[in-house]
Amino acid sequence: MRITVAGCGKVGSALAKQLTNDNHDVTLIDTDPAVLNSLQERTDVMTAVGNCASMSVLREARIENCETLVAATGSDVINLLCCATARHLNPGIHTIARIRDPDYAAQARAMRQSFGLSLVVTPERLAAEEIHNLIKYPGFLKRQTLIKSNLKIVELQVDAKSPLRDVPLNSLYSTVKCQVLVCAVLRDGQATVPDGNFILKTGDRLFVTAQSENLSMLLKNLGVITHKAKKVILAGGGRIAFYLAEKLHASGISVTIIETNPETCTTLASLLPPDVNIVCGDASDMDLLENEGLPDSDTLVTLTGFDEQNMVISLYGNNCGIPQIITKISREENSRLMSTLPIGSVIVPRSLCCNDIITYIHDMDNRSGDAKAVHTIADGQADAYEFSVGPELQHRCKIPLKNLKLKPNIRIAALSRGSSYAVIPYGDTELEVGDTLVIVSIHNPDDSNLKQLNDIFA
Amino acid sequence: MNYKIIARFISMILAIEAGFLCLPIVWAIIDKELQVIVSFLISAAAAGLLAFVLWLVSRNASRTYFAKEGMVCVGLSWIAISLCGALPFVLSGQIPNFLNALFEIVSGFTTTGASILTAVEGMSRAILFWRSFSHWLGGMGVLVFLLAIIPNNSRDSGLSMHLMRAESPGPSVSKLVPKMRQSAMILYLIYMALTVLDIIFLVFDMSFFEAVCTAFGTAGTGGFGIRNDSLASHSPYVQIVTTVFMTLFGINFACYYLLLMRKIKNVLKDEELRFYILFILISAGVIAVNIHSLYDSWGEAIRHSSFQVASVMTTTGFATADFNLWPTLSKCILLALMVIGSCAGSTGGGFKCFRILLIAKTAKRNLQQILHPQRIKLIRINGQVVDEKIIAGTGAYLGIYCFILLISTVLVGIDGGQSVLTSFTSVIACLNNIGPGLDAVGPTGNYAALAPLSKVVLIFDMLAGRLEIYPVLLLFSINTWRRKS
Repeated sequence: MRITVAGCGKVGSALAKQLTNDNHDVTLIDTDPAVLNSLQERTDVMTAVGNCASMSVLREARIENCETLVAATGSDVINLLCCATARHLNPGIHTIARIRDPDYAAQARAMRQSFGLSLVVTPERLAAEEIHNLIKYPGFLKRQTLIKSNLKIVELQVDAKSPLRDVPLNSLYSTVKCQVLVCAVLRDGQATVPDGNFILKTGDRLFVTAQSENLSMLLKNLGVITHKAKKVILAGGGRIAFYLAEKLHASGISVTIIETNPETCTTLASLLPPDVNIVCGDASDMDLLENEGLPDSDTLVTLTGFDEQNMVISLYGNNCGIPQIITKISREENSRLMSTLPIGSVIVPRSLCCNDIITYIHDMDNRSGDAKAVHTIADGQADAYEFSVGPELQHRCKIPLKNLKLKPNIRIAALSRGSSYAVIPYGDTELEVGDTLVIVSIHNPDDSNLKQLNDIFA
Repeated sequence: MNYKIIARFISMILAIEAGFLCLPIVWAIIDKELQVIVSFLISAAAAGLLAFVLWLVSRNASRTYFAKEGMVCVGLSWIAISLCGALPFVLSGQIPNFLNALFEIVSGFTTTGASILTAVEGMSRAILFWRSFSHWLGGMGVLVFLLAIIPNNSRDSGLSMHLMRAESPGPSVSKLVPKMRQSAMILYLIYMALTVLDIIFLVFDMSFFEAVCTAFGTAGTGGFGIRNDSLASHSPYVQIVTTVFMTLFGINFACYYLLLMRKIKNVLKDEELRFYILFILISAGVIAVNIHSLYDSWGEAIRHSSFQVASVMTTTGFATADFNLWPTLSKCILLALMVIGSCAGSTGGGFKCFRILLIAKTAKRNLQQILHPQRIKLIRINGQVVDEKIIAGTGAYLGIYCFILLISTVLVGIDGGQSVLTSFTSVIACLNNIGPGLDAVGPTGNYAALAPLSKVVLIFDMLAGRLEIYPVLLLFSINTWRRKS
């Protein structure tokens, strides 16, 4: 696909890299030629210098031939204008705008038609959603519902205390004591489809298919405390804190925000419902934290603008024995280093934003095919396809799965039959015409995506 | 320095060359020349073997490499293909002296067209084909060819901007489409299409073999003739067709892409193209007036002047008349055109119209700034502001270029046997990849009589001229090879 990325900040350059790796044709626009030059040295892209909201520059980037535009400059206004101009030049284009200001974000969503937007990405809101999910469903980083709603794909991380550490997958059952299947593993940023001899390590992110009723069993056997959070403390009162407080309040959780800047506090107080506690003070002040009831909170989220400060507060929270700690880190370089410290779950808003855009582009790419639905997992590196077994696959039926040869990096992750029967398949399971299969496949830029079920067989 | 990745690229280049070394065998088989067949087979095997060894060495090469590796890679690749490409000449016994053979093939790959052959007609057809084919291959660049055929997602794709930049002529390189591989492919497709068109036009009045070789020489703006008198004994039709195609191959290939995209306006407004065409027309006109007394009719004078002007300006180096015998004014104009050269991004050599245009505009601005020091003036080409870095870089390039020109002239002068004009124009002709100079190295002369040292210096000049100096110069810099730099 031909994609133009306007604005080569951290999000823009990360997108450029990932999109070229996925074999898309990428054109970058930025006002700074030096940035473009250094990017062009490192990635296979074309560049155009100038203001991305101007027609001549967009024309120079051949916007008329592009299928997608991502506007990710530092300014919301320019992003909106850029998308509107691009839509004027090429009415068929998909436009994705990054909008950060909460005022504009709501507006942009409401006025998608007039601005010609296909997708509005608000990194802070995504981060807030992600943190909200972590608080509501502790233990899982993410959960996705498949068409058969009693089947789920959940993401969980193997941390230093997890009983899954150093467990080979073929003896997984003895640890978790329920039918689950690890369909993909993200290790060191690289997704793989593991086999039975795969040994889990600390830091791995697992993508697991399971029946809904087994999820609580899974968590229990993994030793994850699942009691519901009732009191949450947010250190730092930025945009993420605003979105998060709104959501948490809506789910009936008591929220306290600690913010140093009195003006920000006043604004937050005016925007948020009155029973959200807003405290004006320094969140790194241990006495203040204690005074605001940190020791008996269920969750501590550190959201200040400084990574170092977030880490220190989180470490202090860990010392106090807070059950759940979530730390926001802005610089991805830091996040690798951080994963060794006891600071709980780490959230990097920038990479969330990238993943969201990649997922959207990826889904667009997948739309041509037989799949009933496609879910992107593992940071856009793998897909879960839902296919039904048609009569043309008669010859593959009534054969135990272990005797069917699949292509590498592909796994049948779940099978559902009729309206009630859903299983996690194992070696002796046999296919029947009419089944719905969930196929997990590592995204591979070499060959095209899975178009039909028959493509999975070697 | 990532030596392994360099070895890997050179191995791929040599593998390609090994494949191309098999092409001339067809002519050798037709002519039933056993020794020539064997010599090409041995050369191909040698290149293939070397490629295999380098491939074995570099199997686990890491992917991280930077501009430095790109430059060194280009320089070494060209030396490697020249060494292997010279083998058939020596092995077949047609050019027994290795230095001469190397000179000939470097002249071929760099599209210079300077020859040490005294009797071209006596050579085997396969050898002549290989000589002309080297022009065609060197014209667009061997590495660009490699970039065009590297599979899309192999470990070696991407990150190839350094290679393209080091090999493509011109001060700034831009891709035509986002993907490097497609850009390289488009360039080669345009190149092939124009070459085939040229062959079709020529074959009306030439044998197929002659048409192919002449078209290769024209396309690469090389200039190896397959007759001693270059194109003089061919019909006016062939000469006119060649004049047109030489001019076409001296134009920036991005213009053809724009034409295909139906952006004719952009092409017509291209300042470099206008400058190039204007220079050809004016020079051809002045020379025609200057030489018309030597020829029977105005038509003939114009034909010869325009052919010579196009040939020299595009740095091809074919000749239909011995311009050595022309009046001084004509010779001086041709000498000036030799230095200017063709457009950036074409197959031609020389200093490039783009740089001359840029330097002229900068000179004008600097003069204005003496009068009005407070004024801010930007240099624009095609309406686009040119970055000051590129202007400074072009100035530096001019400096190095002149420096190499002077040093080489002195070195060629060590061999006392040649006139000053011969020494100077031989360097000019080689550094700008033209071929014929003036005096003893003029259109009817050749380079055979030069001393071995002079030939070595000229080989260096040809490579430096084709690769725009830096990649070759870097190979001789100690800093490049230092472990810590």
